[in-house]
Order: sequence, then structure tokens, then C-alpha cells
Amino acid sequence: MAFITASWNPLGDAFYRSTDLYEMSWSLRDGLRDSLVAAAPYGGPIALLREPQRRSPSSRPQLEIYSASGGTVASFPWKSGPVVQLGWTVSDELLCIQEDGTVLIYDLFGSFKRHFSMGQEVVQSQVMEAKVFHSPYGTGIAIVTSSSRFTLATNIDDLKLRRLPEVPGLQGKPSCWVVLTQDRQTKVLLSNGPELFILDNTSCTVVCPPGLSPQDGNIVHMSVSFSYKYLALLTDSGHLWTALLLHPFNLEFTCLPRCRRPKSQQPSVVLMWDRLLLVVGVCNETIQYPIEDPCVLVGEMDGVRIISSSNQELLQEVPLVCQDIFKIASMAPGALLLEAHREYEKSSQKADEYLREIKEQSMLGEAVRQCVEAAGHEYDTNTQKSLMRAASFGKCFLTDFSPDQFVTTCRELRVLNAVRDSSVGLPLTHTQFKQLTLQVLIDRLVYRQFYPLAIEVCRYLKIPDYQGVSRVLKHWASCKVQQKDLTDDAIARAVCMKVGDSPGVSYSDIAAKAYECGRAELAIKLLDFEARSGEQVPLLLKMKRSQLALSKAVESGDTDLGECFTGRSQPLQTGFCKLQEQETLKDLYNQDDDHQELANYYVTASYREKRLEGRLSLLQSAVDEYNKAKNEFAVKTTEDEMRLLRFQRKLDDEKGAGLLGLSLQVTMETLLSLGLHKQAEQLYKDFRVPDKRYWWLKLKSLAEKEEWDELEKFSKSKKSPIGYLAFVEVCIKCNNKYEAKKYVSKVTPEQKVKAHLAVGDLEGAADAAIERRNEAEIGAVLSRCSASNSLVIERLNRARAAIAKK
Amino acid sequence: MMRLRRSHLICCAASKEKMAAHLSYGRVNLNILREAARKELREFLDKCAGSKAIVWDEYLTGPFGLIAQYSLLKEHEVEKMFTLKNGRLPPADVKNIIFFVRPRLELMDIIADNITSEDRHHSSRDFHILFVPRRSMLCEQRLKEQGVLASFINIDEYILDLIPYDGDLLSMEYESAFRECYLENDQTSLYHTAKGLMTLQALYGTIPQIYGKGECARLVANMMLRMKREFAGSQNQILPVFDTLLLLDRNVDLLTPLATQLTYEGLIDEIYGISNGYVKLPPEKFAQKKQGEGSKDLPTEPKKLQLNSAEELYAEIRDKNFNAVGAALSKKAKIISAAFEERHNAKTVGEIKQFVSQLPHMQAARSSLANHTSIAELIKDITTSEAFFDNLTVEQEFMTGVDTDKVNTYIEDCIAQKDPLIKILRLVCMQSVCNNGLKHKVMDYYKREILQTYGYEHILTLNNLEKAGLLKPQTGSRNNYPTIRKTLKLWMEDANEQNPNDISYVYSGYSPLSIRLTQILARPGWRSIEEVLKMLPGPHFEERQQLPSGLHKKRQQGENRTTLVFFLGGVTYAEIAALRFLSQVEDSGMEYVIATTKLINGTTWIKSLMDRPESPTQ
Repeated sequence: MAFITASWNPLGDAFYRSTDLYEMSWSLRDGLRDSLVAAAPYGGPIALLREPQRRSPSSRPQLEIYSASGGTVASFPWKSGPVVQLGWTVSDELLCIQEDGTVLIYDLFGSFKRHFSMGQEVVQSQVMEAKVFHSPYGTGIAIVTSSSRFTLATNIDDLKLRRLPEVPGLQGKPSCWVVLTQDRQTKVLLSNGPELFILDNTSCTVVCPPGLSPQDGNIVHMSVSFSYKYLALLTDSGHLWTALLLHPFNLEFTCLPRCRRPKSQQPSVVLMWDRLLLVVGVCNETIQYPIEDPCVLVGEMDGVRIISSSNQELLQEVPLVCQDIFKIASMAPGALLLEAHREYEKSSQKADEYLREIKEQSMLGEAVRQCVEAAGHEYDTNTQKSLMRAASFGKCFLTDFSPDQFVTTCRELRVLNAVRDSSVGLPLTHTQFKQLTLQVLIDRLVYRQFYPLAIEVCRYLKIPDYQGVSRVLKHWASCKVQQKDLTDDAIARAVCMKVGDSPGVSYSDIAAKAYECGRAELAIKLLDFEARSGEQVPLLLKMKRSQLALSKAVESGDTDLGECFTGRSQPLQTGFCKLQEQETLKDLYNQDDDHQELANYYVTASYREKRLEGRLSLLQSAVDEYNKAKNEFAVKTTEDEMRLLRFQRKLDDEKGAGLLGLSLQVTMETLLSLGLHKQAEQLYKDFRVPDKRYWWLKLKSLAEKEEWDELEKFSKSKKSPIGYLAFVEVCIKCNNKYEAKKYVSKVTPEQKVKAHLAVGDLEGAADAAIERRNEAEIGAVLSRCSASNSLVIERLNRARAAIAKK
Repeated sequence: MMRLRRSHLICCAASKEKMAAHLSYGRVNLNILREAARKELREFLDKCAGSKAIVWDEYLTGPFGLIAQYSLLKEHEVEKMFTLKNGRLPPADVKNIIFFVRPRLELMDIIADNITSEDRHHSSRDFHILFVPRRSMLCEQRLKEQGVLASFINIDEYILDLIPYDGDLLSMEYESAFRECYLENDQTSLYHTAKGLMTLQALYGTIPQIYGKGECARLVANMMLRMKREFAGSQNQILPVFDTLLLLDRNVDLLTPLATQLTYEGLIDEIYGISNGYVKLPPEKFAQKKQGEGSKDLPTEPKKLQLNSAEELYAEIRDKNFNAVGAALSKKAKIISAAFEERHNAKTVGEIKQFVSQLPHMQAARSSLANHTSIAELIKDITTSEAFFDNLTVEQEFMTGVDTDKVNTYIEDCIAQKDPLIKILRLVCMQSVCNNGLKHKVMDYYKREILQTYGYEHILTLNNLEKAGLLKPQTGSRNNYPTIRKTLKLWMEDANEQNPNDISYVYSGYSPLSIRLTQILARPGWRSIEEVLKMLPGPHFEERQQLPSGLHKKRQQGENRTTLVFFLGGVTYAEIAALRFLSQVEDSGMEYVIATTKLINGTTWIKSLMDRPESPTQ
């Protein structure tokens, strides 16, 4: 503990420390010598291509991919052309830039994804050098060809090649160059001997950095910081020149102010020779680290990772808060608190003295904060623990202190420690983690197929399922379906078991993936688990399983999905077609041999048709279809209808009766009112109109026309099927009591009372009622009697009494 | 283009306070649903900045009136309203034109026509479409084909599935639901139902138990469960308000809507038709009898009244058998006049003040009494007529199984007299349902009579009725209606109309089958009637929805359970009355909230199944 500062080296006001990250678990036969190495920032993977220039086909170079801790991820012989440069994209894809300008993209596990070319002209002139760079818009590539021309692509996912203008006087490749990017602009800064040029889309400008004279020699190296904020130039005379890039494109260099020390970090330049690593500060002081092996430097936002064949270190400026706490004889509140806690653990009363001292300055809150923050920056778990314990100890003496920072840091440290483990190999600092965000970290874990760990992290940090566990499971499942050695059943079962009903996991997405890998059967199995039928439909259609898709669409109930089926003959579609075209509907019924519906369709159509001939022919079609549908009744009826239409037409032509389109009943009515009894009679017979209805019709018609003689004749034509009360009532309705009375006598005994009452004959009604000894009828008559009918009333009452006696 | 009659919406605005009140009186505060719907509407309106004109699909104005009044629209800069019509849009100096439409292709053509004729004259106006209740690819495709899709700045959907109608009543006002489900094999309405139930659950908590009977019920439940899986990530943390959901297909009980409803509200609907909570009545009985003015100008416009439970008297009598309404009205009259008499007893200034403060309430009660007395008189004229009596007698004969297997003379006579076709169809269908199908001879006879009398075009309607199962030929199997009637006690000989003790009072003897099923489900459970359930069409089922832990209700002693009964394909006012009756029965321990695709009666229902609906000829 006391020796934390042992690894610190002062540089001006600041301290630098190097932390051991890993003993590399790889075993490289020849170290990093003669190899192309690319290591991604944020603890990214390392790609290694040994002897890239070797061209003999007998011994192909090996491309190896390792995790940051040196664990093997993939390894395969390089069969393609000579590689100039390797690089990683922001989404951990490997870029291999070949001499002929072809860029091949591999995923983390070495499977080829795609390729593109940096332009036709490159094929002849060959790539001399290439650089991969990152900007907020993605990953870009810049190359320089043997004809000294630069070509840029700012985002490889949205490839737009830009050939930059020629640099005057440049022969071969420039002595050194970097890519600068800021505010959507990308330019190349290059040197040719002592001259410095800036190259953009349209022009090439010479720049003269202030304070750097041509006498200082040729510029041999240049480097730009992680944030594109600082630039360093090294000349062959050994001058190191650094500048803050205010605006990289106008190259307004400002010499770094000496004394103004930004609160965070002070820029420094790391230079590496074969056996020496030099950290140079703006204060002109240096720190020297001897190195034994060839190393690779990976710039991070808050330090430099130094990867050698045997181990990996992180070289960084000691964060201020750590300096405050651990600096020898520091009186910062955090340092005192740490000391207090140490004494407390020793059960020493000094703990109280230290605490008092902090409290007197009312700095306890600050002290806790410092400890928590410092713990975040520490790599060693013991140091983390002692700092967190000190913080927790200090917290006890505080009221109203928000525990949030403490809790969050605890959780994050736990996650960080887990991912730093060499089996995972993501050596992220707390600062990097914050920049990277948790979401991306989980994505990276998932991408590296650390599914259990990712799920644990999600659960531990209580990330809502939607963004957490479910997402991981989805990736897992998508990956699972690509495993070729398992059967469809096994995979489907495994997926279903793990994913289950996890919210937000779309089985159709997984199925789509399976289908992409050519496993249609598996896709269908997986789709069965999809909750949203709607989601299943498009994929099933894509897979040409229209029958299944259809049944799923039906199941979803969302008619709108039917849109997908336009042009297919299916029962489901009728609903959609009703919305659309009548004609389509007809075709549909036709295809389905739905004769009943087809017949109905013709019937409907017949009513839209104005010409009689057209109407009849449509009805004939309907008859044919009804026949096919074996609907005898409909056949008969429709034939009747046609017969009636023809009949009406004939009479309209002959007598101008205006019958066409009327119903049979109304037709007969009209005929009777026109006095065309014979024709009405004919219809009555032809259409087998029931006697009852015809009698009613004729009775009413004759009464309305007041043809009383006709009516009487009619009543005597045969026994009335509707009885004679109807005659009485109709006559009364037409205000002819006289005629009505004629029929009273013919009424059946049951209706006698009613008939008498209808014509207003109380006496008769009373007689009938008494004769029938019917109490209810007597009552009915009584209710119609008024005081003037006292005689009748008396008789009725007597009769009632008599019935009651018996 | 005609300006939209604003009267409807304005009239709603006047009764805004009341509207909100009558929705929240029940066990379940349906105002939450209404507020959610209003909020969404406001959000959409605010999306279109600046002054606006709304072009209405006229069908939507009624349902929208239940959600939002003109005042709400006005607050959000809606300055003009038009009805959707072909041709040029009327001039309006507004920035936005918003189309409120159902997703129908024919409406898209009209909109396209509006827009193409617009471009030549004005070009500065912004167009928007609000699809109610859902946007559709098909419609957007049509707009695209017409080349106007790009003219729209916003294309949105307004999910108005379940509209709060009264304190215990939700309706989708989806008129064609029954027809679509049973005739056209189109499940759109079921999809909307499931969506609506999901919205309801989002607001009122997951409903733990689902029961159902019928094909459509099964489909809706399946869709709901599927949608629940789909949304499972956003778990609902609301304490469930509803304990049970019961989904009932209308075709499980085809009989009930065919019967003439005999409750007060049911009769108003049967005779005059209630639409979106309003009824239009013949004006004669409502003439203001003011002294001195005489009766020289009788109003000729139909009298329009809003009917809901916000009106105290109406809430009291709406569900009574009509035969008990007279007594209730006269009792109320006595109470009111007694209250007015109180003024003579008011001696002190304080007492007088108190009396005066009650005056507005009393006056409102008096005018409500006057209105309902007039309505009751109108209805009484009809119910006491011989025709009504004869019709009812035949209905009751059918329901009790008398002579259902032969041609009925009354129906024959009605056809001969050319009574309205719908009346005939109601009776014939009823006979068929009560006989589990008609003998071939009987059915063909009826059909021929109908076709010869009312015209052959009705063959399509008859086909539809057959397809829907309302009219069917008897098959080999035995008539099972008597068994169903007896087991479920569908006919109660001694129905008490004045002080009901059973739901049979709503049809003066007949207990609606649907409500019996609901009642038995609550107690003693469907297991007791397995045999009968098997005779009724479609599967019956039970599903449980897992609640997140911590949301399990701890029931207080004596606390009622709440069941949401969803009628797929429509429900009648008499059935609603029966359910309200069950809610009030003290020992039932169950309260019911009713939801449906559409409020129906036999006439509107049969009409929705007709293919060439024509106004009944006299």
C-alpha cells in the first residue's frame, strides 16, 4: 500500500505511472518483430499478421486475432494478396488493406464479411501506406499510392472515395503523414523533408508552423493525439515540436502555454525507440523507460497501452484525485480519510484525530468523494477496496450524503473488474468506460460471445429487460441458429428454453437470421414461438410459405396484413376485396368454385343493370351457379323472378301498366286495381300464390275500389280460406257497415261475437256470447256496453251468473 | 359542400359537466378512458400548428361527440368543420386541413378528389389525415395510387376502440361487426376489440381471468394473449380494477335481440332508436304549454334528447319494465310536488334560502319528469295497441316453444298485410331459433311468401340470415331449444314486472340467454351447465393472465368482484338492464361493466344483415 507511489514518475507538475495490465497469454514465436500489428483502442482486440510481405504461396502468412489479454480468438492463413495495413473499425471489425487497394473486412472471429476497393487507379500504382482513423461518423481509411496520390474514405460503411489533389514536389511517399478529422472535415497533414503540407479535397497548402524553422531539419515523424487536439512533430535533428490544434484545418498552431495547466491532463508525447521509451512533457522534462522487446503502442483517451510480446502495461498520467490521495505527505481530505480508516482498522485512536482534522475543515464530504473517485481510477482491486472502505467509513459520519456516487462506483468497479479479467480481456479504465457507455460495453461483450457474463452484468446493474437481458438473448439466439453442427430441433429447443417468453425478443428476427443461413425449417420452427403473428407473415412470405403465412395473418386478425396477399386466391382475401373491386371478388369466387357466392354476386349485379336483357342474362348466370351449388330453392326462385320480369315487360308493353321491378304481390295488386283480374288470376295460379294471401289481396282490392257486388261474388266463389271475419273487418274499414253485415252470418261461431261487435250490433253480440256460454266473451261485450244498453247488460249479467252457478 | 351541422357537438359542449359526471359514478371510473382519449386527440391537434379545419367522415361525428366537444376542438384552433364530400373543399382561411376518416377506400378516393381539386386554387394549406381507429396500408396505398400521398404532412391514427358511453357501458360503435364476423369472415372488428381491451388493460390493470364462449370470443382471447406477450416488456403495474373478463359471441344467443325489449330504455330504442346516446322523438307531445301563447306554432323539428344516467330520473327508470314505469313516474311526481310545497313551510329566512338553493335542482327534476312522462305516453300508445299485443303474444309463444314447427298464421297474416319486412324477418328468425331450425317445407314457404311479397331481391338477405344461422333448415338432430330453455330457466312464468326478483322481467317472462350464462358463470359456475354449453355454438374456455407479484388484490370482506362482459356482435338495452339488475342484487357479490361492439336492437341488427335494405313499405 505504501508503495503505490513507487511506480510514479514526476514530469513537471504531473506524475506518470505505468500499471501492469496483463501477462500476455499468447505465445509468439518471434515476438512482434516483422509483424503487422493492429490493436483497437478501448481495450479492443489485437490483430497480427506475420511477415505480410512474404509472397511465396507455399508458406502463407498467418493472420491471428487475439483479445487484449492475448487470448486467441481466431487464426487462419492469409490467402489473399499482400497486406499493407491492418486496422479495426469502431465496431470491432478487422480491416485488411491490401497493396492493390482492396480492403477486406473480417469480423472478430475471422470470418470474412465483405470487401471493397479504394479505387481503380490504385490497382496499378499500389498502396504504399495506409492509415485507419476514427471520427464520430465512423471508421475511415486513407491511403497513399506509389504515385504519391492520397485517397480518402471517411466512413467505410458509407463508402465515398475522395482522391486528393497532387502534392507539389512529392516523389514517392511522404516522409510522414497523419489524418486529421474534425467537424465532418477530414484532411491529411504530411511532410516532405522540412516542408509541411495540408491536403484537403481541393487544394494542397504549405503551412509553416511558428517556431519551427527549416533549420530544425526534416520532419520525420508526426503524431496526432487521440482527440485530434494535439500535434507532435519530430525532426531528424531531434527537435520535438508540439502544438495545440485550435483549428486543425487552418493549422493555426498555438504554442502550448507553459504555465497554464489544464485541470485534467497535460499533453505529453511518448516516443519509442528500439530499446527506449521516452515521455516528453511540454515542460521539457522527460521520463525514460527502458524496453527490451519491440512493443506496440496503442493510444487511448487517457493513456497509452504498451503491448510487448510478453506483457501489457498502461502508461498514463496519474489522475489528479489519485495524486491528491497518494502523494507523499498529502494533506488532501481524501488522503486524511484514507489514513483515518487505516488507523481505525488498527483500532488506533489516531483515527479520531484524522477525522477531526477533516471535519474541522468541513471537508468530510469532499474526502469521501475523493476516495470514491480515486477508487474508480485504480486498477488494483485491493487499492479499490481500501479506498471504498475509507469512503464508506467517512460516510458514517455524514448525514444527508447522497450514496448514489458510492453505489454506482461500487457496481461499475465490479463490472470493470470482471471484464478486465484476462479471460475476457477488456482492459478498460473507468474514464474509458464512461466514454464508451454501458450499452456499448454490453454490446462488445455480446459481440465477443460472452453471453453469460453480459447477462450477469445486465442483471447486476438492473438494466430493464428490453435493453438488457433480452437484447443479449436475442444476439445469443441469432448466433445459436448459425451453429451448423446442431439439428434444427435441438437448436429450436435450446433457443426456446433460454429465450422463453423474454419480453422484447423477436422470434421473427431470430428466424430471419436462421433463414439467412439457409435453415428454412428451423426458421419455421422458431416462428411458431413468435408472439406477434403480424411479424411472422412477411418472413413466411419471403420464404414462400404462403399457406402458412396466410393462416398466421388470419390468426393475427389484422386485416391490413392482407395487403401482403394481393393477387393470391384465398378465402381470407374476400374481406379485403370487398373493400376493393367487385370484379376481383368475382374472380376470387370463380377460382374458389364458390358457386353460391358467385350466384349471389350475379344477383347483386342484376340489380345494377338497367336493361332488361342484361338483367335476365345475369339472372340466368345466377341460376346456373345456384344449380351448381345445388340450391334448388334459389334456382326455382330466380327462375320465378325471371318469369315475372318477362311477364311484367309484356304487360307494360301491351297496357303500359308500369309493372317492371315490382314484387309479385304489388304486381297483382296493381293489376287488380287496374281491373286486370284475369292477368292477376294468371299470376296467382302460375306462381302458386297461397290462397290465403290471394284472398286477402283481392278482398282488400275490391273493397278499396268499392266493387261490392264483385266482392260478394268473390266471397261466394268458394269457401273463404281466411274466414269471413276478415270480410267484415275490411268492409268496416272502408266504412260500409251495410256490406259488412252481409258477412256476419257467415262467420264461424268462435268469431261471431267479434263480428257482431265490429259492426256495432250489441244485441247480436250478446246473443252469440250467451249462446256460447263464454264468460270472457260476455265480459268483452259488457265492456262495450254503455248505460243506454241496460237491457242487454241485464241479460248478459244474468247469463254470467247462470254460468257461474254451474 | 354543406357545412357540418354543429348542433350535435355544440349540444354536447353544453352538457360537458354532466358528461364527465355520469361516467365516473360507477364502480369503475370510465372517465379515465375518456380522458386518455381526449389527451391523445389534443396531442394530435397540437401536432398541426396553427389554425385548422376538420373535414369529417360523417359517420365519426356521433362517436366523437362522446369523447370531445366542439369547445375542446376550438381550444386547439379548430375554426371550421366540414363534412367529407367530393369536389373542392370549401374556402377556409386556415393553415391546416385535417381529415378525420375511417380507413375505407371509398373515402380515400374522396380525399384524393378534394386534394387534386385543391391544388389549383390554394397551395399554402397543410394536409393531415387522422385515421380512426387505425391507419391502414391499403388506404395509404390507394392515396399513393391517386398521387396524393405526398401531400400529407401527418398521417396518424387515433385509436378509438372503446368509447365510454355511460358509467358502466363501453361501445365500439362498430356497426358492421356482426356482419363482418359471421357473414364475411372478416375479423377486423375482433382485432380492434382485442386492441381495445389491451388499451383498457393498460389503464385499468391486467384482467386476471378471462372466460369466453364462442368462436369469436376464442379468437379475441387468443389475440389478447398474444398481444400481451408482445408487450410483455412494459409490464403493467396497475392494480387490476376488473377481476374477470367474459367474452360472449352474439351468435351464442341469437334469440335475445330478436325479442321485443320491454324495458323503458329498450322500448325507446325499439320504437324511436337511440343513436350515440341521443333519441329523436316526435315533437307534438313536447310542445311548451305556456299560457297566453296558445298552441299555434307546434314544433316541427323532432325533439332531440340526451339519454344517460347523468339524469337522475332516467337512471332510476331506464331499466324498469315499462309496466312499472308509470308507477315510478307518478311516485316521482308526488315527491317533486311535495318538494315544491315545502315553500309554504319555509318560515325563516334561512329556510327560504335553503329552499331557493334547491330550486334549480328541483326545476331540472320537474322538466325531466315532464319529458319522461311525455315519452311514456308516446310509448304507451304503441304498447297498448292490438298489433303490439299480437306480436308479443306470438314472440312469447315461440319462446315457450308453442307450435314452433309449423307455419304461423300470424306471420302469414302479417305478410299478407305487408307489414314491415324487418318485423317479419324478426319473427321468422325467432321461430327458427326457437325450433333449432325450421322444417324444409315451412322454411321454403316463408321464404317464398317473403320473396313474392317484398321482392325477389331479398333472396340475398335471406341467404345472409341463413349464413348467420338466424334462419336454418332443420337438420337430423333433435330440437335442443327446449332443453336449453329448461336448464337455463329461460322462461319464468311468474315474472314480476313491478318488483323484479329475476332478470326475466326485462322481457316480461323471457330471461335473456346471454345474461343467464353470465349469471351462472358468477354462481355456481359453468361446470354446472356443461351439457347446455356444448349445445350452444362455439367453444367455451377459461384463461388466466399472470399478474406481476404485488398486484394480487387483497379483497376486503364483502367487497364485490367486478366483471367486464364483452358482447361481440352487439348487445341490447334490455340485456344491459338485466346485468344492471344483477349488479344491484344484494347477495350477488358481483358488479358488471358492459362492453360491446355496438348497441343493437332486433331491427338495427337485422338491418345490418340485409343486403338491399329498403325502407319498409307500408
